Amino acid sequence: MLKELTYPFDAEYILQNRRKLKKTLANDGTSRVKKRIAILGGATTGIIRPVLEIFLLDKGIEPEFYESEYNRFWQDGMFGTPELDEFRPEIVFIHTGVRNLNMPAPTDTAESAEALLESEYARYAALWQALGARYNCVIIQNNFQPPAYRLLGNLDGTDRRGRVNFVNRMNLRFADYAAANRGFYIHDIAYLSSVCGLDNWDSPEEWYMYKQSPATACVPMLCHSVANIVKAIGGKNKKVLTLDLDNTLWGGVVGDVGQQGLDLGEETPVGQAYREFQHYVKEVSQTGIVLTVASKNDEENALDGLRHPDGYLHPEDFAVIKANWDRKDGNILQTVASLDLLPDSVVFADDNPAERHIVHENVAGAAVPEMTSPESYIRTVDRGGYFEPLSLSGEDLKRNEMYRENAKRAELSLSFADYGEYLKSLDMVAAVGDFPDIYLKRIAQLANKSNQFNLTTRRYTETEIEEIAKSGEYIRLCGKLADRFGDNGVVSVIIAKKNGDEADILLWIMSCRVLKRGMEQLMRNCLLEAARDAGVKTLRGYYYPTQKNGMVRNLLGDLGFEKISEDAEGNTEWTISTDASPLECFIEKTDHPENERK
Amino acid sequence: MTAENVYVELNSIFTDIFDEDITLFPETTAKDIDGWDSLEHINIIHAVEKRFKMKFKMGEISTMKCVGEMVEIILARTAL
Repeated sequence: MLKELTYPFDAEYILQNRRKLKKTLANDGTSRVKKRIAILGGATTGIIRPVLEIFLLDKGIEPEFYESEYNRFWQDGMFGTPELDEFRPEIVFIHTGVRNLNMPAPTDTAESAEALLESEYARYAALWQALGARYNCVIIQNNFQPPAYRLLGNLDGTDRRGRVNFVNRMNLRFADYAAANRGFYIHDIAYLSSVCGLDNWDSPEEWYMYKQSPATACVPMLCHSVANIVKAIGGKNKKVLTLDLDNTLWGGVVGDVGQQGLDLGEETPVGQAYREFQHYVKEVSQTGIVLTVASKNDEENALDGLRHPDGYLHPEDFAVIKANWDRKDGNILQTVASLDLLPDSVVFADDNPAERHIVHENVAGAAVPEMTSPESYIRTVDRGGYFEPLSLSGEDLKRNEMYRENAKRAELSLSFADYGEYLKSLDMVAAVGDFPDIYLKRIAQLANKSNQFNLTTRRYTETEIEEIAKSGEYIRLCGKLADRFGDNGVVSVIIAKKNGDEADILLWIMSCRVLKRGMEQLMRNCLLEAARDAGVKTLRGYYYPTQKNGMVRNLLGDLGFEKISEDAEGNTEWTISTDASPLECFIEKTDHPENERK
Repeated sequence: MTAENVYVELNSIFTDIFDEDITLFPETTAKDIDGWDSLEHINIIHAVEKRFKMKFKMGEISTMKCVGEMVEIILARTAL
């Protein structure tokens, strides 16, 4: 990513060196995601298209554009044009502003102002629906900047006929539509215009002469902001925030002054700035961003600093902590590899220009904002828009937690020469037993979505699972696995049907998340035991190959079953005596507490 | 500021914007430079205003016929 295009950027430089920047980006050998973007403008968008293009190229998106004529946004979008139809936009950016909104007048009544709000809203909503129906596209819609003047002064925000009041309420209506509709995103120029200053945002003379809004000087800001949404849609958001420690998360060098000597906390202005930045970073992680550390420090000192009582960030907030004396670019490359991510998913925050440089040069695609002084850290990271969430659901946050746990497991595995030692160190506890009622839904869900670790790929409805759970003809096992990093929940299910002193294994599935952790062996041991208790002497297992379940082709063989037949399609049948001795695994086993209560 | 200084500054602005070496003369017009369209005109005016810390009047922008006229306005306004 180019420094010239990283916030805080020099808008004048970008406007003046647009062609050079584009050339540099186009020739940098990056592979980019292509997107067809239609810009439907309520103003002229001539300068927006090329500036948006360079910001998109910088963020890994290669755009192809369609541009409507000035103020044809509604007609073009509502009824289509042959060119737009042929273009088949994937994303439509509706660049409108307060000049594209019919406003109430002092002669209105509160009721007629309300009616106007409804009809104006309906006009835009109809456009969005028409676009969605015709092109099945994602829509990015500007909300409205505040009006340029206030007929009613401060009352303008309060009275229903006031323009400020009207715009504020319309913006809330737009936001409600976005909350209720997937693939529809608000581009918040109400916020952007206040960042730039309303009097800078629009230039009256540029509007009168060229019908351009915002003013040329604010176009880079606008394009950077739209490009952030587009890159989020294109899957190019950053996922990791990698932080330096000394003079980035606290003032001072912890190795020199110790934890007590750090400037962090409410006592000093600088300490407050670091403390607030830590709070910001903590909240960033709560939106699903993975935090890691890259610090030149002895690990012990680094951890000591992170245990500062006035800090918001603590060692457990980080998926990976690299505190050593190796080069930071190398540390970061190792970190992303252990997280199963690419180098371009990183934002690196460090106060030291030399460290920023080496990371910028060697970690391809990483964003390296200029962290100059602690009071500006939050703004520098925040305005960069690196993480631009398109939505925020509890599920995302939980997934991130799991992700962090996985990273910690991967990290741990590196420090063990022997895999068995590693498994022991995970302190795994499994609950394996008959189907507890509370998990029937989850069992059905797992049976229907497991494709890889699935011997037979039989699908069951929830009702069928309920029937099996009640029947005396089946041997059922449901396995949950927890370890020192967290609970993985229900991860494995086996269903076998009794047939005299034999039983056929109809279903054997497991979540790939816990592959090779010994759960396969434990489930096999428990199956033999449960079958024995049910009077079964021999178990029969089956493997039916699909495009996806190659990984378990020889699972039964690995678990001590004997192959008795194989047909031309690769379907195999296996048997094992229920007296076979248990296999080694490093998991402590319990039954489900729900079953023990029965 | 002399006219000569203004031309040096303008040449540097135009060279950046069009990403090629450009030398301007009083009689140069938009037709002489490849890519000097209405979009780029806005961009040029903006860059010039920023560089010389001055503003053109709305009427001037639509009536300027050549670079020489632009330079005269710049000189008049920056002399104040």
